[in-house]
Amino acid sequence: MRQTAIIGIGQTPVREHWDYPIRQLAVQALWAAIKDAGAKHIEGLFVGNMLSGALAEQEHLGALIADYAGFPCIEAVKVEAACASGAAAVRQAVLAVASGHLEIAAAVGVEKLTEFSGKFSGKALATAADADYEASIGLSFAALNALMMQRYMYEYGYSKEDFAPFPVLAHQNAQYNPNAMFRYPITKEQYLKAKPIADPINLLDSSPISDGAAALVIVPLKNIQSFGGSAVKISACEIATDTIGLDNRENPIVLKAAQKSAQAAYKTAGIQPRDISLFEAHDAFSIITALSVEASGFANAGKAPKLAADGVFNINGRLPISTFGGLKGRGHPVGATGVYQLVEAAKQVRGTAPDKLQVDDVRLAMTQNIGGSGATVVTSILEKI
Amino acid sequence: MDIPRYWRLRNQRYRLEGTECIECGQRNFPPRCICPHCKSDSLKSFRFSGRGTVYSFSTIYQALDTFDKDIPYSIALVKLDEGPLITTQLADVGPDEIQIGQPVEMVIRKIYEDGENGPIQYGYKFRPALKE
Ligand SMILES: [Zn+2]
Repeated sequence: MRQTAIIGIGQTPVREHWDYPIRQLAVQALWAAIKDAGAKHIEGLFVGNMLSGALAEQEHLGALIADYAGFPCIEAVKVEAACASGAAAVRQAVLAVASGHLEIAAAVGVEKLTEFSGKFSGKALATAADADYEASIGLSFAALNALMMQRYMYEYGYSKEDFAPFPVLAHQNAQYNPNAMFRYPITKEQYLKAKPIADPINLLDSSPISDGAAALVIVPLKNIQSFGGSAVKISACEIATDTIGLDNRENPIVLKAAQKSAQAAYKTAGIQPRDISLFEAHDAFSIITALSVEASGFANAGKAPKLAADGVFNINGRLPISTFGGLKGRGHPVGATGVYQLVEAAKQVRGTAPDKLQVDDVRLAMTQNIGGSGATVVTSILEKI
Repeated sequence: MDIPRYWRLRNQRYRLEGTECIECGQRNFPPRCICPHCKSDSLKSFRFSGRGTVYSFSTIYQALDTFDKDIPYSIALVKLDEGPLITTQLADVGPDEIQIGQPVEMVIRKIYEDGENGPIQYGYKFRPALKE
């Protein structure tokens, strides 16, 4: 297998894009990435998306987006793995280039949730869970996460306020990211007073429904000199799965797929967790940030909220997380999220993050994209060349 | 959920029917066609007693549209006496009366009505166990 690199990145702002159809968002991000790469053409396109069929009544996104991007005859396919669709599409692009099958491939993550009112989107999102045994008896996504959070609080003796540092730091960072949905800070007091969604989860634990697209152009590492773009090495992009139902897990507050994909990523990259300079966590809900940090080996079980309170995860802390605002602050355009995380990590490695968000001396940046209640997890590691 | 799917799930919804592996004895709910533990395909149906304890719980204030009119309602992961966890709604209990570890038992209740004229769908919920 060949080593690969990201040569171009692109993104749209994360917003409620009522004006744009899905194809336009995707093409915008994709061409931004192609121009950033200094390229004119791609040989393959992998589209990460979860809900185009349910919400826009449009499937077949591979062909649609390749067509509208001006590449109507290339290999193109949609990759679906719930909220992990984005990074799962990146994984396919990486494999296609690493295998020698393609010389230049793109991954674009795109999601349009504002095709319908909020309640319908919630129902569509719940299709990432077990339809027969979770969603159809009244469990939303927030409900599944609430079950994890309640048990976690019970086992480790935390109270609600101990989770405040996660959304507070996400909003703190998001205010300096021009592409973020929520560009304002929040306080612990606001967090504690937020509207309950599924107790103990409230509105400020939850990432917002939003639209957006992000894209990467991937080439063999040995060819980066032929492009104008600033290259970032892809040292690992590893995927793992777990049971679809939360209730079928050995331990519902351990993200086993996150453990497995993170361990595989460290092994592929030949590094240890302590070598990582920053971590783009999948903070769809505050509890998931804690479980993700623990599963990735950055904290012992039950210790993540304590480290967060000590400031370890802040921009100037030992392991900055969600440096562009994460899902909570930047927004969570479901199937695009995993690609946003990688675009942001690439900016950190290139040294082109906004001043207030740039982490010092980034050598290795890690991202983790989580689908469902943890049933698909993709962990990626980017490295400075 | 439309009628064909609901009908197919009747033995699970009304009788808590899962599977037991003939090779290794592992019991599963929902039913499996391959044993997750030993990969055997020799499985027989197994009816759970419907008794267990609360492993985790939540009260829902913002629901999927079908369940909107039921809010607030409570849900739980229940550890069944025979081993597995099951995801369920709770019945006959207020949000402040639920505790992890509390004994619960299965009852059949209305899960939801499918619109004004649609059928009413029933299935398992769990309530605090009645004292002997
Ligand atoms: Zn078995």
